[in-house]
Amino acid sequence: MDTREELRLLSEAIEKIIAKARELGLDLYDMYFEICPADIIYTFGAYGMPTRFSHWTFGKAYHKMKTFYDYNLSKIYELVINSNPCYAFLLEGNSLIQNKLVTAHVLGHSDFFKNNLYFKRTAKNMVESMASAAQRFRGYEQKYGRNKVEAFLDAVISTQEHVDSYSWMRTQEPEEGKRTGKKSSWTKKNCLINGEEQKETPYDDLWKLDNLQENQAEEKQKEKDKKFPPKPQKDLLLFIMEHARDLEDWQRDIISVVRQEMLYFWPQMETKIMNEGWATYWHLRIMREIELVEDEAIEFAKMHAGVIQPSCFHLNPYYLGLKIFEDIEKRWNQPTVEEKKKYKRLEGEGRKKIFEVRELENDTSFLRNYLTKELVEELDLYLYKKEKDKWKIVEKDWAKVRDEIVAGMTNCGYPYIVVEDGDFNKRGELYLRHCYEGINLDIYYLEKTLPCVYQLWGRTVHLETVLDERKILFTFNGERIIKRFI
Amino acid sequence: MDGHYVVTREDWSLHRKGEIDRQRHQEKIKEALKKNLPDLVSEESIITSDGQKVIKVPIRTLDEYHFYYDQGKKTHAGQGDGKSKVGDVLAHEPNAGSGQGKGAGEEPGLDYYEAEITVDELAEMVFEDLGLPNLKPKKKAELTSEAVEFKDIRKKGISSNIDRKRTVLEAIKRRALSGQDGLTKITPDDLRFKTWEVTYKQESNAVVLAMMDTSGSMGAYEKYIARSFFFWMVRFLRTRYQNVQIVFLAHHVTAKETSEEEFFTKGAGGGTRCSSVYKLALEIIKNRFNPQDYNLYAFHFSDGENLFTDNELCLELIKELLKQCNLVGYGEIKSPFYGYGDSTLRLTFKKLTDPRFIAVIIKDKSYVYPALKKFFAQTQGQ
Repeated sequence: MDTREELRLLSEAIEKIIAKARELGLDLYDMYFEICPADIIYTFGAYGMPTRFSHWTFGKAYHKMKTFYDYNLSKIYELVINSNPCYAFLLEGNSLIQNKLVTAHVLGHSDFFKNNLYFKRTAKNMVESMASAAQRFRGYEQKYGRNKVEAFLDAVISTQEHVDSYSWMRTQEPEEGKRTGKKSSWTKKNCLINGEEQKETPYDDLWKLDNLQENQAEEKQKEKDKKFPPKPQKDLLLFIMEHARDLEDWQRDIISVVRQEMLYFWPQMETKIMNEGWATYWHLRIMREIELVEDEAIEFAKMHAGVIQPSCFHLNPYYLGLKIFEDIEKRWNQPTVEEKKKYKRLEGEGRKKIFEVRELENDTSFLRNYLTKELVEELDLYLYKKEKDKWKIVEKDWAKVRDEIVAGMTNCGYPYIVVEDGDFNKRGELYLRHCYEGINLDIYYLEKTLPCVYQLWGRTVHLETVLDERKILFTFNGERIIKRFI
Repeated sequence: MDGHYVVTREDWSLHRKGEIDRQRHQEKIKEALKKNLPDLVSEESIITSDGQKVIKVPIRTLDEYHFYYDQGKKTHAGQGDGKSKVGDVLAHEPNAGSGQGKGAGEEPGLDYYEAEITVDELAEMVFEDLGLPNLKPKKKAELTSEAVEFKDIRKKGISSNIDRKRTVLEAIKRRALSGQDGLTKITPDDLRFKTWEVTYKQESNAVVLAMMDTSGSMGAYEKYIARSFFFWMVRFLRTRYQNVQIVFLAHHVTAKETSEEEFFTKGAGGGTRCSSVYKLALEIIKNRFNPQDYNLYAFHFSDGENLFTDNELCLELIKELLKQCNLVGYGEIKSPFYGYGDSTLRLTFKKLTDPRFIAVIIKDKSYVYPALKKFFAQTQGQ
């Protein structure tokens, strides 16, 4: 079959699949399908985006993925990009039936990107802005030298996950640092005057006490006002970009780009299980409804089985997500007597419910709300841990398993680190604090990453964390790491 | 209006970004390997390999640094086949140092990068700036290297070696002689062929006397160090010089010449008398390798625990060896756990001032590479 004929058949199939998807209620972006050879698909897979800037870590990821492909260990059939129109890259050499499944799957992602709440703020023109950033980076390389730009990027990338995807959600308070104290000091002054004026009441001493306290509070408030940042700030990259003293413009641009790209990818990281589950749910439904010949049906079944194959070391997001969505649908289609009474749940609302879930939840809330006892047991989920030289199953209690999985996904699995003080010791030193929640940091990596932060900040950096139940402060002063318990 | 679609197939053949960044990563691996050479050189899996093997080298300098949780202390989630229970063992952590690579990212934990490299590639890096020091031209030339050079033009030859440019020139010249210009036809007389000549580059011939202490005080560790040094030395000499002879001499109280295989595998016991091996070396030189004809190099590895009364004799013999040899190297292997300070033998050797005598102390595996570099430092003019 020549390629033009292949393309025609694929177009026909896509047309039918899109029609079916819309009939089933999916709300899609316009779709842009592109067929590309394996090394291109793997390049995109490694970079996360076809147009992204160049860096050796992507080359490393690409090499690994490509090697796996060459040895037939794993295969990417497609890559889909959260943009409008939605780009989908199909692997050249996919059979027609493979492409049908992939198309149906991709449409699930397209619907998810368009409708899930957490994607509402992602830039939909990222393909273009990444391309222009990549071009600027090339310019910097030419101007300042490749090694210099690379070394700087190394440092930025090592801290790239410390951004704040939810800054827009935090309550809008006036910036404390800028508060001139007009209002509060005015009332307090009044208070003082009142306190002096109102002599000869039996409560004078009490008023005075009040003033005293207020004065103290005011003092404290002043101390606090001086703090910089006024509140602990999660967005380390933003803080560095705005406040590091010795950065040049091109360096601030690089930080800004890496940060924007991380913010763009963040919702995908925190909806991995839902997004893949949703796409798997829909490729299954759509493929059931379109006509397949016998060979195709077998090929499809094999491929689907490969996608949802569970692993004893990881949770397969495709499988877990699919099972949860199916379970929700079932439970809302046939609510129990108790559910009908207690929650006034009607029968047959399963579809409606899963569409609502795909709109409102992310992985943590999805699992917390819908990973039930029955599911944990049916899927035989467990927790395992390293004990001496063995990896052993340590927990099977469903609630603990669920909670631990959810906890592990908090902040996309990265340690939660905040900027506590940007002028520590009054010497412009950077004080970071790891919000410890029971799991130690990897000390080897900590001691290697802190110098990267130093490289960006340009002055001594500190990181407070907890080790063996004790608070400990790691400091890098440009020469060596110093650690002390505090 | 949503739900429109386009299907295309562009030409991606010029999209090389992944490949370019992959190459950059490979470059960084090579740099990292070079920095790690001292550790790699004495890697057991290399010394015991047959040379063909691909070895895996963990490169931690190419880790991507981030703040991570301690994976060993964290719990992870997995999925069983329906029959899992608390206490089931999913996997064993490979023993440290066993060189076992992790299987395809299946197991938990951070995977750090493992570069794959053949022993030959590694050897190339190790040998990059090594050479035989103080090499001098000698009368009896055995060391040769062959080279093929195309340096002549003839009228007869193999048609695959036709020199097109010269042939065409000849044709033009011929026509020009008869007052015509341009090119019409090439006659057999115009043909010119490139012809090669084999040139022999005469190099000086060299003999290396490899001497090793195999007495009882040389434990597994000491032997291993000596062995890894000689492993690289032999490999280096064989790859760089076509006709270097290596003589293997093992000794304890007495010395004897051994085969290469025996030298590397057999152990002996008993006390130590280093003078025995130096005597044997001198004897071999006298009988077989006239210093007039050969560049001689003697290397001796020992733990230095020599019979005290033997030391002065050793000194005299080393002086004798220095008269005959281009270089005499002495490597003393110290256990990393005990044995600080110099041995009496080494203290005796300190009296030697000849720059062609080089002594090194090897305290652990990472000293092997610097020792190689010290012994085989290229001297000027090579």
